[in-house]
Amino acid sequence: MATVRFTRNIQRHVMCPTREVDGETLRDVLDEYFRSNEQARGYVLDDQGRIRQHMVIFIDGAQASDRDRLSDRVEPSAVVDVIQALSGGSNS
Amino acid sequence: MSTRCHVATRKGLFTLERGGSKWSISRASFLGDNCVNVMHDPRNGELMATLNHGHFGIKMHRSSDGGESWKEIATPKYPAMPEGYVPKVNPFSGKPVEWSLKMVWSLAPGGADEPGVVWCGTLPGGLFRSEDRGDSWELNRPLWDNPLREDWFGGGADLPGVHSICVDPREARRVTIGISCGGAWRTTDGGKTWLTPGPGMRAEYMPPEQQFEPNMQDPHMIVQCRSNPDVLWVQHHNGIFKSVDAAESWTEIKDVKPTAFGFGVAVHPKDANTAWFIPAVKDEKRYPMDGRVVVNRTRDGGKTFETLRNGLPQEHAYDLVYRHAFDIDETGDRLAFGSTTGSVWISENGGDSWQTVSLNLPPVYSVRFEKP
Repeated sequence: MATVRFTRNIQRHVMCPTREVDGETLRDVLDEYFRSNEQARGYVLDDQGRIRQHMVIFIDGAQASDRDRLSDRVEPSAVVDVIQALSGGSNS
Repeated sequence: MSTRCHVATRKGLFTLERGGSKWSISRASFLGDNCVNVMHDPRNGELMATLNHGHFGIKMHRSSDGGESWKEIATPKYPAMPEGYVPKVNPFSGKPVEWSLKMVWSLAPGGADEPGVVWCGTLPGGLFRSEDRGDSWELNRPLWDNPLREDWFGGGADLPGVHSICVDPREARRVTIGISCGGAWRTTDGGKTWLTPGPGMRAEYMPPEQQFEPNMQDPHMIVQCRSNPDVLWVQHHNGIFKSVDAAESWTEIKDVKPTAFGFGVAVHPKDANTAWFIPAVKDEKRYPMDGRVVVNRTRDGGKTFETLRNGLPQEHAYDLVYRHAFDIDETGDRLAFGSTTGSVWISENGGDSWQTVSLNLPPVYSVRFEKP
């Protein structure tokens, strides 16, 4: 099972503990994670299911490349990190 | 008479209360977060606020205890794009028309006989409706699917958006909305069908042949008189316009001094001939003329205007007032506005004089009185 970890900054809005979930693609993995934490979905993905413009997801240290369909392959032992991009701070 | 007012700013939501004869800040909510708008619902006293978290997107919250506590509620979602649908390329941006929530720009309670109904205007060009106080939202498809919608273009923002939602107090199914840039659209059946904008608005910024094209207009803000809802006032990019036939047609109010440019507008709830505007230099520079903050008031339907300045800064003041940052209470006596430089002023005598509430808030996006 893949390990999914979230940026500390998201935790003040919605608790996203590190969890191990099944899935062959990034879409599978995130869907499985959000199945029990639906509120978190909208913080990471937009209303069309794409990675938000200023969010970044790494799979074993490599940035996920398919931001729209989330088709990147996730190995069973992979670590998935969901973090904020350095861009996107212009609202502050 | 309103004794509470809510101010949405770039660094949180602030509540103003009247104590004795003065107004002061009594509470800060969402401190540090970008609060882009706030709505008070007179039917149940609830507040609704929108936050733009940047990285994490738009999120909406509701309070049932006057702002003491908040609960995150649903955020409008555009439905999935139909299979095979190819969005039109917008000629202004050269890019396909957006199909995803970018901003919640306006909120308005439904009619008094529609408990739970809330309207929500969004970027890009969407109008959503909730029937359960924001627990769920549905995109108004008749408007979204209208082919003319894809001709709308950004005004101020890069994308077109619905900024004004006027629910007719006589009949809640009659709703007029303002779009930058897409003019003033109307429905008389609660959004099942939409009437294309009526004639009369003028867009000086367009080529001569298209200046009167109703679907290309940039009404910055539209307000409707509560006691005489056939009268609507518009602060337009190009000046001031008025309708006396429930938005079927518009008349330009000309020769307004010091300038007819601005964003906010307020109409007296009991006197359709009385309206207020906050003028600014047109249009790329956008600051008060001569560095003096003033409010323009007409009491004769736009024939004449008087410039009100008592209590407002008259030297080196560069406060710009955004379209939602100006409000009037249910009596028509109390007005409040907030600026991009964090100033908030309130008048209790129809604008004759103004009291400074703060000069140090973050940039102000929205000001809303609590009204019964």
